[in-house]
Amino acid sequence: MSHSQTTTTEHHPALAHQFDSMAQQREASNLGMWVFLLTEIMMFGGLFTAYLIYRLKYYEAFVAGSTSISVSWGFANTLVLIGSSLTMAMAVWSAQQGKRRLQVLFIAMTMLLGSVFLGVKAKEYYDKYEECHIPGSSFNAEGGPGCESGDIAKELVEREHIPLEAARQTAHQTQIFFSFYFAMTGLHALHMFLGMGLMTWLLLRARRGDFGPEYYSPMEYGGLYWHFVDIVWIYLFPLLYLISRHR
Amino acid sequence: MSTVTISTPPKLEMPVKHYLNDNYGIRSWLLTKDHKRIAILYLLTLTFFFFLGGVFAAMIRLQLLTPEGTLFQADTYNKLFTMHGVNMVFFFLVPSIPAVLGNFLVPLMVGAKDLALPKINLASWYIFIIGAAFALAALVSGGVDTGWTFYTPLSSGYLKTHVITLAVGVLIAGFASIFTGLNFIVTVHRMRAPGLTWGRLPLFIWSNYATSIIMVLGTPVLAITLILLALERGFHIGIFDPKLGGDPVLFQHMFWFYSHPAVYIMILPGMGVISEIVTCFSRKRVFGYSFVAFSSIAIAVFGFLVWAHHMFVAGISTYSALVFSLLSFAVAIPSAVKVFNWTATIYKGSVSFDTPMLYALGFIGLFTVGGLTGLFLAALGLDVHVHDTYFVIAHFHYVMVGGMVMAYLGGMHFWWPKLSGRLYPEGWAKLAALITFIGFNLTFFPQFILGYMGMPRRLAAYPPEFQVLNVLSTAGASILAVGFILPLIYFLWSMKYGEVAGPNPWRATGLEWQTSSPPPTHNFDHTPVVTREPYHYGEEDEEEVPVVP
Amino acid sequence: MQFKLPLFPQQASTVAGQVDALYLFLVLITTFFSLLIGLLILFFAIKYKRTPERRAEQIHGSTLLEIIWTVIPLGISMVIFVWGAAIYFHERRPPANALEVYGVGKQWMWKFEYTGGQREINSLHVPTGRPVKISMISQDVIHSLFFPSFRVKQDVLPNRYTDLWFEATQPGTYHLFCSQYCGTKHSGMIGEVVVMKPEDFEAWLGSGKVEGSMASNGEKYFQELGCITCHRPDSGARGPNLQGLYGRPVRLSDGRTVMADDNYIRESILNPNAKIVSGFQPIMPTFQGVVTSEEDMLQLIAYIKSLGEQSGQPLNNRTTPTMIRDNEVPNIQQEKKDNPQAPAGKKP
Repeated sequence: MSHSQTTTTEHHPALAHQFDSMAQQREASNLGMWVFLLTEIMMFGGLFTAYLIYRLKYYEAFVAGSTSISVSWGFANTLVLIGSSLTMAMAVWSAQQGKRRLQVLFIAMTMLLGSVFLGVKAKEYYDKYEECHIPGSSFNAEGGPGCESGDIAKELVEREHIPLEAARQTAHQTQIFFSFYFAMTGLHALHMFLGMGLMTWLLLRARRGDFGPEYYSPMEYGGLYWHFVDIVWIYLFPLLYLISRHR
Repeated sequence: MSTVTISTPPKLEMPVKHYLNDNYGIRSWLLTKDHKRIAILYLLTLTFFFFLGGVFAAMIRLQLLTPEGTLFQADTYNKLFTMHGVNMVFFFLVPSIPAVLGNFLVPLMVGAKDLALPKINLASWYIFIIGAAFALAALVSGGVDTGWTFYTPLSSGYLKTHVITLAVGVLIAGFASIFTGLNFIVTVHRMRAPGLTWGRLPLFIWSNYATSIIMVLGTPVLAITLILLALERGFHIGIFDPKLGGDPVLFQHMFWFYSHPAVYIMILPGMGVISEIVTCFSRKRVFGYSFVAFSSIAIAVFGFLVWAHHMFVAGISTYSALVFSLLSFAVAIPSAVKVFNWTATIYKGSVSFDTPMLYALGFIGLFTVGGLTGLFLAALGLDVHVHDTYFVIAHFHYVMVGGMVMAYLGGMHFWWPKLSGRLYPEGWAKLAALITFIGFNLTFFPQFILGYMGMPRRLAAYPPEFQVLNVLSTAGASILAVGFILPLIYFLWSMKYGEVAGPNPWRATGLEWQTSSPPPTHNFDHTPVVTREPYHYGEEDEEEVPVVP
Repeated sequence: MQFKLPLFPQQASTVAGQVDALYLFLVLITTFFSLLIGLLILFFAIKYKRTPERRAEQIHGSTLLEIIWTVIPLGISMVIFVWGAAIYFHERRPPANALEVYGVGKQWMWKFEYTGGQREINSLHVPTGRPVKISMISQDVIHSLFFPSFRVKQDVLPNRYTDLWFEATQPGTYHLFCSQYCGTKHSGMIGEVVVMKPEDFEAWLGSGKVEGSMASNGEKYFQELGCITCHRPDSGARGPNLQGLYGRPVRLSDGRTVMADDNYIRESILNPNAKIVSGFQPIMPTFQGVVTSEEDMLQLIAYIKSLGEQSGQPLNNRTTPTMIRDNEVPNIQQEKKDNPQAPAGKKP
């Protein structure tokens, strides 16, 4: 059972020197990719846990903060990202089929949709900037000078009919909601940027014709990464945008 | 009973081509994919950080010679213990055995040509260097004085030192350890030689495998904790700052969720080394192989369940303190099982006292003391008294230095012939081991007493009645320093002047000894096939071991 | 340099002996097992020393031994666990008749205050034979109050009261440390606890200059801040009656019932929106930024504690909520800015 000599018929150009066969390489790199995704789950998981703890502690403020971000844009982004996962899956399928042009097309579409997502996020961040809702020394949830549109206290009084004093306290506490909003969507956006870089590299390799039925692992793992980032967003969207929307 | 024929062995020669001389030039090292060269790169880096941390330790001990503590200003002293802790934990202990011995030996021990993901391996070293650069930048720009535990709100809002730089350095270095762990897991699962079933794996592999699980699951939580700390400090956002509605105790929970398993990252590989050494120098298979193997996994699992035993007086509820105390006793049991099994391995063995064995025996004794003093800390009513005192410092130095560093040195001596092709000078090595053992005990035993007497940690100055014990401790530290410097000198000396080792100077079992010393870049000329259990010393000693040229 | 080499601090509290007993037990266990392993290793290593004739006996293992040396350490561990937990439970339950002392830790000193208004910095006087409970909070970072001779410590947190209790047994002067690293002068945050016989302690209490008890200072502050505007005992008051509040359960508007302890009162002052008493409107303004010093907060709490006895009923003296329009809520802060001299909240 020992295969000490590698015969030339087995030697795929993409076979790395430490592996004895493409099958072994595939299995090893597949396991590696899943373990890596596990580490990502642990990292986002830590952040999500902290979010959940504060959401329990400052529920009203979290509702108020959530209401002040746009569900429409968030939902649009969700559709965009799910669409990009679809195009990515198509790209992987095309690679499996060895269809070079289709691979390139689908990766490009994925990148396009990813850019749309990032563009919308930039717009949302800018809105928050205009409303003075960015945490830090300039945070103001009561409509300070130049950011009257960000008066959460006023909105609370109008919407929930609570006294102004209570509304002001809740508004003051929304800073912690926004801290998590920016930390969570920011970490997610960072992963999107890295994903875009990954896509660029895959695009170049796909154009070169590197991938085919015997070897398409990089595409597959790029796809896994992209799907993972998508799933993180599918958790983020309801957690951040949809708190108590039924009210 | 067969007699062992002793004939004059042929004069050993270094192999003509091996991984060290296969390619010359700095590019061949900095762009290498060879796990053995990456191990050497790590060895050089980690040795630097060990001695840097040691310099800080020396300065701490000098300050503590007098109660008034006038050698350094309080702020400087606070930076010294912080940088000592950060250096030693994140830039030496966590990577140490996995990144040096693990990287070198895991592929050899499983009979593979390299790790599963060599480019990731090299990336891990570069990531480590980048993290180290940030840490050094923080050091050079004045040092940081948060304590290695970075507790908030002190670290997030009350200090003017470059906390973010250091936190970023630590979190980047954490990614290096994630990549190493990931690589080991994939390698052990997918790259074992034909016939090498899980039940035939050396215990060094089991330990590193368990360590890798912890690295992969725990380190990301440290990453996010430090990211949040940096964001809080940079943008004043109030996640841990009570003035802005945050909870400083949440930081402790998140920090210790990683940092407790981290101590098992630090000790488990050392335990693997001890298993290898004790068997070889008793010429005997390990007693209770499955129990030792599974105890590593048990430690990894239980290790994730005990973090709040660092927080018994931090303001957690009495009931959660109960649960964590109970689990902390549970996690001690697998380690005890290992100690008993090693002792039983020596029973009816054929024992020799080469330097690796001296370090291993020292480990067993000192780790036992260190581990048992952990029980003092797991006991709630007692922990209330000794928490945050020198008792804790003595406890963790016993397990980390008396345990882990001894294991590291033992492993370095055991596998030095394999790494370098040379033997170290045995006489000097034994002397260094003895000096280290004596110096270590003199340094840290008095600290148990100091702690129970009530001397708190992290004090730049202390009441006069604590002086005698502090002076003893500093005296011990100066001896310990000699014990650590000697190996540095003679290992370097042996590279040129040491006796040629040959493939298997210890007549050890294990696939790594079936290839030349140093090994060729591709590890094995022919893929080994495994048909025997590990530690098949009985068979080894029945006949002369054929030496593979 | 002193040459006395004691192994543990004086036992100066009722719990010190118990802690030392557990410690001794653990020292014996540690010594026993360390010696056992150490001697066994030495003995085996020498007895089975390598000689040219020596052949190791290839033993696989013994499940029986594995069970024995798992179960016995587990059993011993459980004994230690229960023993330690019992001491801990005892330490976490301050007796009801404890002498109350308040502590504020700040960078880098300890401030203590007795209900009678006596204040100390970096020192604490306590009587023998009576439990003493210290309720404490930090003005800034996390500190930790540690009395080695009493064998107790507790972290002192910002924004939250924690407590620690002991009963001193031996007159004398002992160390008091900060045992949670807190910055530059952490080593300087050191003091002394002076244990005195009860008569001496009473004499000491009466000896210093006192500017009013905590409760009376708290009452003055209460008036100054205008709390009385809403927190009146009559049924038309906008805020819950504070008479007899302390120590009783409180029913909240969201259905929960909480205990009116120090942390509850503090939160109600700084973040009133967090818990609204059932039957009242969320109209109380926050005093974050107004009540900034922890000592001042303690005076207020001491005052509220002093109002009335405890009875068993949960506090909810309102059946119909009173409608408040926004322009009726007095703006205490604004009034203080307009007219700093006049006591606030005079108009309805």
